[in-house]
Amino acid sequence: MTSHPLLVIAAKECRDRIRNRWVLAVAVLFALFALAIACFGPAQQGLVGFQGIAPTIASLVSLVIYLLPLIALILGFDSVVGERERGSLDLLLSMPLTRGELLLGKYLGLAAALTLATVGGFGVAGAVLAPQLDAYAAWHYAGFIVSALLLGYAFLSLALLISVASRERTRASGAAIALWFALVLVFDLLLLGGMVLLGDTVGWLFGALLLVNPADVFRMLNIFSSEQLQSYYGLATALPGALTHPVTLCAVMLAWIALPLAIAGRLFARA
Amino acid sequence: MIELHAVCRRFGAQLAVNQVSLTVAPGELFGLIGHNGAGKSTLFKLMLGLLAPDSGDILLDGVSIRGASFRDVRRRIGYLPENVVLYDNLSASETLAFYARLKGVPLTACAPLLAEVGLADAAARRVGTYSKGMRQRLGFAQALLGSPQLLLLDEPTTGLDPEGIHDFYRIVEARRAHGCTVILSSHILAEIEQRVDRLAMLAGGKLAAIGSVAELSAGIALPVAVELVSAATHHDTLAASLAAAGFACQTKPHGLSLAIARHDKGRLLAALAPLAATLADVRFIEPTLEAVFLGHRHASIHDTGASA
Repeated sequence: MTSHPLLVIAAKECRDRIRNRWVLAVAVLFALFALAIACFGPAQQGLVGFQGIAPTIASLVSLVIYLLPLIALILGFDSVVGERERGSLDLLLSMPLTRGELLLGKYLGLAAALTLATVGGFGVAGAVLAPQLDAYAAWHYAGFIVSALLLGYAFLSLALLISVASRERTRASGAAIALWFALVLVFDLLLLGGMVLLGDTVGWLFGALLLVNPADVFRMLNIFSSEQLQSYYGLATALPGALTHPVTLCAVMLAWIALPLAIAGRLFARA
Repeated sequence: MIELHAVCRRFGAQLAVNQVSLTVAPGELFGLIGHNGAGKSTLFKLMLGLLAPDSGDILLDGVSIRGASFRDVRRRIGYLPENVVLYDNLSASETLAFYARLKGVPLTACAPLLAEVGLADAAARRVGTYSKGMRQRLGFAQALLGSPQLLLLDEPTTGLDPEGIHDFYRIVEARRAHGCTVILSSHILAEIEQRVDRLAMLAGGKLAAIGSVAELSAGIALPVAVELVSAATHHDTLAASLAAAGFACQTKPHGLSLAIARHDKGRLLAALAPLAATLADVRFIEPTLEAVFLGHRHASIHDTGASA
């Protein structure tokens, strides 16, 4: 039985991450954070214990929005430039597969590892909380996991673009950290600053700009999935409905997955 | 059979491979010689289709390697890169299985190959624990996967001990017997000159010379060195006889040494015959490939000097 070279590459990438315990470590991290937030999140209101799915997801979103992009970038930045620098890329490229297949195989393998860790970690936490979740809450929790995966895939795609475009590993790691900083921390601050300076007149522009950042798309996906959360954030009125429709948001997220990968493919094929 | 027709490839302003044409027949063992940066590795990458030639064409069994059937072409080529790097976290069996899957070769081919290159006992060990020579053997086993028709081996014996080199050529000979074409590069000239059928010398991306060792040696007519070993008391007599026959020689502690043209060997022996009793030994030192190579190098340097 022979499998397509693309799948052979994907299987190796995923298996490597399972064998070096990367998947396990990230899954444990996610499970612990999710359980801690579920149990101790409401402590500021003087309560201990699970207080419902909406506040739990709200806190998880704030955590995942920092953590998952960083994890995805670290997972992917080395994948091409690392093999190039160590010297194993030459032999790999001489195999019967195209550069595009090699890149896509690596992406799929790493995405599978990220999926195992994310679904495993949050899944275990969800299983522990299951007795306290009704169908509606479970559905929202599942939605949160799917949106977290999309966020991870988008940053993994950016990580591969960095990996293909960088000449050295050290530069790639620098670029990955800089990108994380820019999209996760600086971007929102700039938007807030702009809103304060320009006022309400161009509110629609800021709403549209939020779509330019996969981290913000992830936040909106979770906020606008629950009316309770919308009122928490008081954001519902600031943005036009069409922009915040889950289908629009998911489409934007898919574009964030496909575009960097496509550009990486073009760059890699030319090298 | 692989054919290169006027292949050129430049990197920026530098012509890494310049108008290289050569044909290597099935079952032939072909050597590529050149200094670092002469274009050997670039030529390998062109033959693999990893790099596209700027002009010229490369045919494998009459079909251009850059056509639609590139996957098929790759499966028929075994490649061992210079200083092969494998994955430290995998065992030898896993490494070979990975490349076998990529090439679409049945996994049952792996264990016999590991045995053939002498790694059967270390098959379960992580490559990270391997010595340079063992990695090279594993890389070679990878190149042999799927019984390729063409083996491209870039400095294949680096890091191998004498026994490893011997094993390597034994395996190469066995593959050749089955019609496999082998192209290898080396900087250890003495090692390959006894073994290759033909060789090509690359200098500055150009083919400086191509042919068998004998053809190349004859082509530039390097003198044969002769050493006459005899007791010091006979040196003057010998030198006088040689001078009478028209040979100039130098006196060394152990005897005399001189350099003669190939066709003068017989005349020298005739001149020495009457004095045979005084000679402890006569040594003819044929020009080595290294000398041939250096000769070509001087010639090509001379050429560029003249044309500049």
